[in-house]
Amino acid sequence: MISMSNGLRNCLTLAFLASFSTLTFAVEFDLREGVTDMSRRIQDLHHLSLAVCVVVGIIVFGAMFYSIVAHRRSRHPKPADFHESLLVEIVWTTVPILILIGMAIPATTTLLEIEDNSDPDLTILITASQWKWHYQYLEADIGFYSNLTTPTAQINNLEPKGENYLLEVDNPLVLPTNKKVRFLTTSNDVIHSWWVPDFAVKQDAIPGFINEAWARLDQPGLFRGQCAELCGKDHAYMPVVVEVRLEAEFDKWIDDQRLAKELSSGQAVADRNKTWTMAELMPIGEQVFLTHCATCHESTGVGQGVTYPALAGGEIPNGPLEVHIDRVMNGRGGTEMQSWAPQLSDRELAAVITYERNAWGNSTADVVQPKTIYATR
Amino acid sequence: MVAQAEDVIPQRSPLMAFMARWLLTTNHKEIGTLYLWLSFTLFFIAGAMAMVIRLELFQPGIQFAEPLFYNQMVTMHGLLMVFGVVMPGFVGLANWQIPLMIGAPDMALPRLNNFSFWILPFAFTLLLSSLFMDGGAPNFGWTFYAPLSTTYGPPSTDYFILGVHMMGISSVLGAINVIVTIFNLRTPGMTLMKMPLFVWTWLITAFLLIMVMPVLAGVVTMMLTDRHFDTSFFSAAGGGDPLMFQHVFWFFGHPEVYILILPGFGIASQIIPTFARKRLFGYHSMVFATAAIAILSFIVWGHHMFAVGMPVWVELSFMYATMLIAVPTGVKVFNWVATMWRGSMTFETPMLFALGFVILFTIGGFSGLMLALVPADFQYHDTFFVVAHFHYVLYPGAIFGTMAAVYYWIPKWTGNMYDERLGKIHFWTAVIAVNLTFFPMHFTGLAGMPRRIVDYSLQFADFNMVSSVGAALLGMTQVLFLYIVIKTIRGGEKASTRVWEGADGLEWTVPSPAPHHTFETPPAFPPIMDENESTSLNE
Repeated sequence: MISMSNGLRNCLTLAFLASFSTLTFAVEFDLREGVTDMSRRIQDLHHLSLAVCVVVGIIVFGAMFYSIVAHRRSRHPKPADFHESLLVEIVWTTVPILILIGMAIPATTTLLEIEDNSDPDLTILITASQWKWHYQYLEADIGFYSNLTTPTAQINNLEPKGENYLLEVDNPLVLPTNKKVRFLTTSNDVIHSWWVPDFAVKQDAIPGFINEAWARLDQPGLFRGQCAELCGKDHAYMPVVVEVRLEAEFDKWIDDQRLAKELSSGQAVADRNKTWTMAELMPIGEQVFLTHCATCHESTGVGQGVTYPALAGGEIPNGPLEVHIDRVMNGRGGTEMQSWAPQLSDRELAAVITYERNAWGNSTADVVQPKTIYATR
Repeated sequence: MVAQAEDVIPQRSPLMAFMARWLLTTNHKEIGTLYLWLSFTLFFIAGAMAMVIRLELFQPGIQFAEPLFYNQMVTMHGLLMVFGVVMPGFVGLANWQIPLMIGAPDMALPRLNNFSFWILPFAFTLLLSSLFMDGGAPNFGWTFYAPLSTTYGPPSTDYFILGVHMMGISSVLGAINVIVTIFNLRTPGMTLMKMPLFVWTWLITAFLLIMVMPVLAGVVTMMLTDRHFDTSFFSAAGGGDPLMFQHVFWFFGHPEVYILILPGFGIASQIIPTFARKRLFGYHSMVFATAAIAILSFIVWGHHMFAVGMPVWVELSFMYATMLIAVPTGVKVFNWVATMWRGSMTFETPMLFALGFVILFTIGGFSGLMLALVPADFQYHDTFFVVAHFHYVLYPGAIFGTMAAVYYWIPKWTGNMYDERLGKIHFWTAVIAVNLTFFPMHFTGLAGMPRRIVDYSLQFADFNMVSSVGAALLGMTQVLFLYIVIKTIRGGEKASTRVWEGADGLEWTVPSPAPHHTFETPPAFPPIMDENESTSLNE
């Protein structure tokens, strides 16, 4: 059975390759094989359906081109006069139905396996928001955001583009090999779609819904994908990067993350016990602003029209402090201005609000302390 | 009576007379012309937007369009091409040809006809004006999924909603007119099963329009109330369902894509027999296949939504129904080939475009079949593979179909033959450019490039550059088409009554150009075709 399906696969691959004259470049033209059993079966299905299309195409177009050559007026001056045949119509209705059944069977069996989400070894909750992913390891109780790290200068053609241009993030999702990993997807704002081509997993992340998908990964490595559903301005800048590690290394990584979590909560306590000066907060604030805020409000704080209001001289950074803190921490419903409280630390929030109130000519002289943020949470 | 009417109308300036003629006309030929020019104008506007898109995608990085503006271009290009180019183009052809092909003096409801046309320029002005508003034009794709288009939509979304309502009213009124005309005004002897296929496909299209345009109106109305009247149809936070938007939209959207192609099937079925000098093979099965495609189109909408997390049995049902569409579509293609088989073919421009239509549409059909397979669709969905698929069915399908129809019937409309040499150049450059533009998109899609992205990673760069070069050529080709059309209107070799040696049908029994009023008394059917009088360009 296995050897037969392998034989069939090779056969079909050959038929597929033959359909392109440029054999050597075949890899670039094809759907990738991927690193899961399902991704390979999907590639087989792709080859099967492509081969069917190529063969039917050769027959139909072959007949057409033969007719175009042989039945042109210069060669065939007197047209024939047949115009109906029930038998022929029945044949070319029935034969395609049989071919379709032949394609539907492997598609159905594959789909039934793909949709079997039972008995996962590990569950990751993937929460999308404009324009980043949040990964929560439900069993281990750790979680983090994953942001694009490609510098703006590369996007604006001021620097040469790196090898992984637009497909690089600060914190990749780390997964173990040979475990059934279940992905739960949802969204905080609009619809996104989490896609890693090598896993053949593409699942929409929809606000108010939790969707399921799974993958069992064969080999370690770095795998890259992107958001697949138009989700607003920076849809192109929402990559997915997954680092697959061998099981033992993965377990160690989880322990490291737990330790780091404890350390950072210790850091947070230290942050709020300290009284910060503006000189300390401004550079941190600028960095946070450039990473998270500049994509809409621009690095100079001028904003973009009514959609992304100007902060330089803007109403909120120059208005009451409480309103400003509330807007940054809780966002504004129904706009891209999201709630930053869960995404940034007390220190980062204090720094970025301080920065916004004192940069680009804003001069409130307010210095926001991490403890104020902590108290507001 | 005519003399009396002229007495009471005061002398108007030429400009006023021109305005009055075109604003107040109830003549199907003039309204058809208006529709076609509107479609042609928007074709260049929406095409220019495609040029912006391709220019930006020529290389990775941001060069010409900021992300927000790029999204507006993608959205407006799609909306205008679907609602402003293909649909009005087909309605224009219906207006000109249906009365001529069924032996009717005009459309059954001429004043309604005028009204349905004149809604459109206002609808599209409204839609286009949003480009100049603060916050920009709609930027959520032509599928305007909630909540991106509701809670997160720009202020101009409301203009978009009103525009869609107006187009919908226009389409429904136009469809009613087509149905009433076909049912009531056929010349005696022309039973339903003797109607030309272009008329049949339009009749079925009109029913599709009547059934789905109100659904579209419903969905945009729900958007409007979600945006302004505190309802939560599509907002999960208020107990609504963002997925319901997609179900309702695609219940409209899938029949809509057949609205965009069925009249093209009809056009190919008129043109291929003419130039093969042989009757259409399998007339009855062609009619049944068209009807089958239309009926199936109502139960396949879920195939646009395989990645949203539907239950597995729902995915399977939609997959099987979608695959089934390949059967009647295949029957049509086989019938066209059988019509050509052992005919006596010549290859004037309309025939070239019709053959380009059949071949390239079939390639789009093949990728459609591949997309129907749910597991594979998880990989293809929302990538450039889909973009390649629907451009193959729409550009060489709907657009080539319309162009074939224009070359085929323009001698009847203007009384002049078009320039055959230029027509052939137009065809060959268009067919090369279409493939250069859209074929590489299959590969970028399979390699993993999502659709609707303003910027992409380096692995996709080569094929995107090829697509952009193709698009530039494709754009220039259509300027040549405009030149050919204008040249034909202004003059050229005089067309005979029958125009094409192998042409058959009532429209080829009236003089060229067709007089302002035709068939004031119902003509004899079947028509007696003049065997001697014809212009054939290949002689």
